[in-house]
Amino acid sequence: MTRFAATFAKPRPALVAFITAGDGDTAANLDALVAGGADVIELGMPFTDPMADGPAIQAANLRSLAKGTTTADIFDIASAFRQRHPDTPLVLMGYANPMTIRGPEWFAAECAKAGVDGVICVDIPSEEDAELGPALRAAGVDLIRLATPTTDAARLPDVLNGAGGFLYYVSVAGITGQQQAAQASIDEAVARLKAATDLPVAVGFGVRTPEQAAQIARVADGVVVGSAFIDIIAEHGDAAAPHVEAFTRTLADAIHSAKEIAA
Amino acid sequence: MTQLPNSLRSGPDARGHFGQFGGRYVAETLMPLILDLERHYRAAQQDNAFKAEFDDLLKNYVGRPSPLWFAERLTEHLRASASEGFGAKIYLKREDLNHTGAHKINNCIGQILLAKRMGKTKIIAETGAGQHGVATATVAALFGLPCTIFMGAVDVARQQPNVFRMKLLGAEVVAVESGAKTLKDAMNEALRHWVANVHDTFYIIGTVAGPHPYPELVRDFQSVIGDEARAQILEAEGRLPDMLIAPVGGGSNAIGLFHPFLDDEGVEIVGVEAAGEGLDGKHAASLAGGRPGILHGNKTYLLQDEDGQITEAHSISAGLDYPGIGPEHSWLHEIGRVRYEPVTDDEALASFQKLTKLEGIIPALESAHAIAAAERIAPTMGKDKIIIVNCSGRGDKDIFTVADALGVAL
Repeated sequence: MTRFAATFAKPRPALVAFITAGDGDTAANLDALVAGGADVIELGMPFTDPMADGPAIQAANLRSLAKGTTTADIFDIASAFRQRHPDTPLVLMGYANPMTIRGPEWFAAECAKAGVDGVICVDIPSEEDAELGPALRAAGVDLIRLATPTTDAARLPDVLNGAGGFLYYVSVAGITGQQQAAQASIDEAVARLKAATDLPVAVGFGVRTPEQAAQIARVADGVVVGSAFIDIIAEHGDAAAPHVEAFTRTLADAIHSAKEIAA
Repeated sequence: MTQLPNSLRSGPDARGHFGQFGGRYVAETLMPLILDLERHYRAAQQDNAFKAEFDDLLKNYVGRPSPLWFAERLTEHLRASASEGFGAKIYLKREDLNHTGAHKINNCIGQILLAKRMGKTKIIAETGAGQHGVATATVAALFGLPCTIFMGAVDVARQQPNVFRMKLLGAEVVAVESGAKTLKDAMNEALRHWVANVHDTFYIIGTVAGPHPYPELVRDFQSVIGDEARAQILEAEGRLPDMLIAPVGGGSNAIGLFHPFLDDEGVEIVGVEAAGEGLDGKHAASLAGGRPGILHGNKTYLLQDEDGQITEAHSISAGLDYPGIGPEHSWLHEIGRVRYEPVTDDEALASFQKLTKLEGIIPALESAHAIAAAERIAPTMGKDKIIIVNCSGRGDKDIFTVADALGVAL
C-alpha cells in the first residue's frame, strides 16, 4: 500500500500542510508539522516567478532563493525527511521550469530516490502532460493534478487521466492565500469530483483557520493549508518550529474530528 | 487554419507548438479560458466582418499603411566607408509613424476586438517601458472599457511620461513591487490578476509570447507589417528584398515583418537581440545566452541558471529587457531560418544618434538595435542588394534614457 493510500484509508480527513523549502529552518518545521499532526506534507520548490502564488508564498520563495536554496538542497531536505519520517507522504509542489530543466527523467529519478511520493506542478496542465507525467509515472511517483472552479465536466476526465495520489481541488479561481471560497460551492464541487474519481479529494487555497478547515473537512478527504504556515515562518524566522507545531495541532484537531462532530 | 505542406508559415500545430517550443503551460484555472480564447479566435478568423473592422481601424485610426522609406543618406553614409561596389540599399519600415508611436497598437486593436467578441468587459495588460501599456490604454479608451496596466515599480519610476499618458487615457496603473519590479514581474502580476478575474477580464498580451494561442494571434495581427512591406518593396524596386532586419525582445514587431517572407528562400532574415553590456555581462539575449525552458505559459529560450531559476535581463531599451523570447523565434532560430545577432547598449546608442542626424528620424532604442545591425551588415553586401529594417517605434520616449547615458542633464 502506498503512503497516500495508507493515509487516506484512515477514517478521518487529512491535514495537508505546505511550507516552502529553504524558508526558515525547514527540517525543524517539517518535524513540527508531523509532531503537530499533519498527515501529508507539501514541500514547495522555490521559483523566481511564482505566478500562481499570493504575496505570502511569493515572499517565501524569494527568501529561500536569497539564501541560495538549490534543487539539490531540496532533494537533500526531502531525503532527510524520509529517513526521519518513513510513513508520512511527501509531495513536492512547484513550477515547471525547475522541475523539467534537467529533463523529466532526471527529476522523476531524484524524486524516487529521495522518497518523494507525489508531485504537483502548477503550470503543467493535462494538455502538456508529456512534459513531466510519463517520467513520474514510470518512476512510481504520483502526479497530483489540480481541479479548479473553472474545470468543467467536459474537461474533468482529461484532468483525471494520469492523475495519482489525491486530487487537489483549488477552491477559488485565484492565487494562494487570498480569499476563501463559499462553503456551499466547496460542498458542491467536492461532491461532483468524488462522483468522477476514486482518488481522495483535498481542498485548498485561502484556508487559514481551524474553523474553515473543519467546515471543509466535513465533506473533503483532506484540507490543504499553506500561506498561514508561511506567515508564521515569516514572523518567527528560524525559531518558528514551536509556533508551527502549535498551529498544526489546532488545525489537525479541527480537521480530524470534523466528521465525528458532523455525524 | 490553412496547413500548407512545406511552408514555414503553417505553425503552430493544433496544440500550439512550434517544434518543441510554445504550448500552453498555464495553471488549470486558466486552461478553460485559453481554450475558449482559441475557439473565439478561430471563429473570428473565418468572419469577414471581424477582418473588415480590424482593417478599417488600422487604416483610419492607426494610420496604416506605414511608409516604407528609402534611407538614402544612411545608405550613402555606409557606402562611403565600404569597399568599392559595396553598401546595400536600406529601407525603413516606418512603424514609428503609427498612432501611439510604435507597432504595438496593431496587436492591441486585434485583441480588443476579440475581447469585445468574447463579451469581456475589463482589460488588463503588462508593460515594461510603457509602450504596450499606452497602446492598450488607448484602445480601451476607444472602446470605453475599464483598463488596468501592470508595470514594475522600477519601470514606473523611470517611465513617468508613459505612466501619465496611461492615466490620461483612463487606465489604472498598478506598480508591481514583487521580484525585480520590471517587465517579468509585471507579467506575473497580470497573470495573478487574470486568474482571479477570468469571468469578465481579457488579458491583452503585448508580444508573441504567453500560452497558445497568444503567440499565433499576436503574430497574425502584426503580420500587417510584413504584408505591407512586401507590397511596398515590390512597388518600389520590382523585387523582394535580400534581407530583413528587426529588433527582438519578445519579438512581435520582428515576427510581424518576418512572417510573410518566411517561405521566400532568397530573403535572408536577421533578428537582433539586446546584448546589453555585452554577452559576458548583463544582457537580454535569450537565444545567444539562454536555453530552452518554461515560463509565462510557453516553452522557449530563457535566461536562467542551472536550476531553472530565471535570471534578470538587462538592456538600455526597456522594451527588450525581458529574459525570454517568443516561441516561434526559438523555433526559427533552431531550424536556422532566421539568424539572430546581438547588439550592445553602446552600439544601439550610437545608431540612435546616427539615424536621428542622417535621416531626421528619432528611432526607439529597440529599433536602434536593428539599425546598428544594418550598419554592421550593409557594408558587406553589394550595392545592388536591398535591406528592409523595421523601425518599430519612435524614440521620443527614450530621450531621457539617452540623455542620461550621454551624461546630459535635461
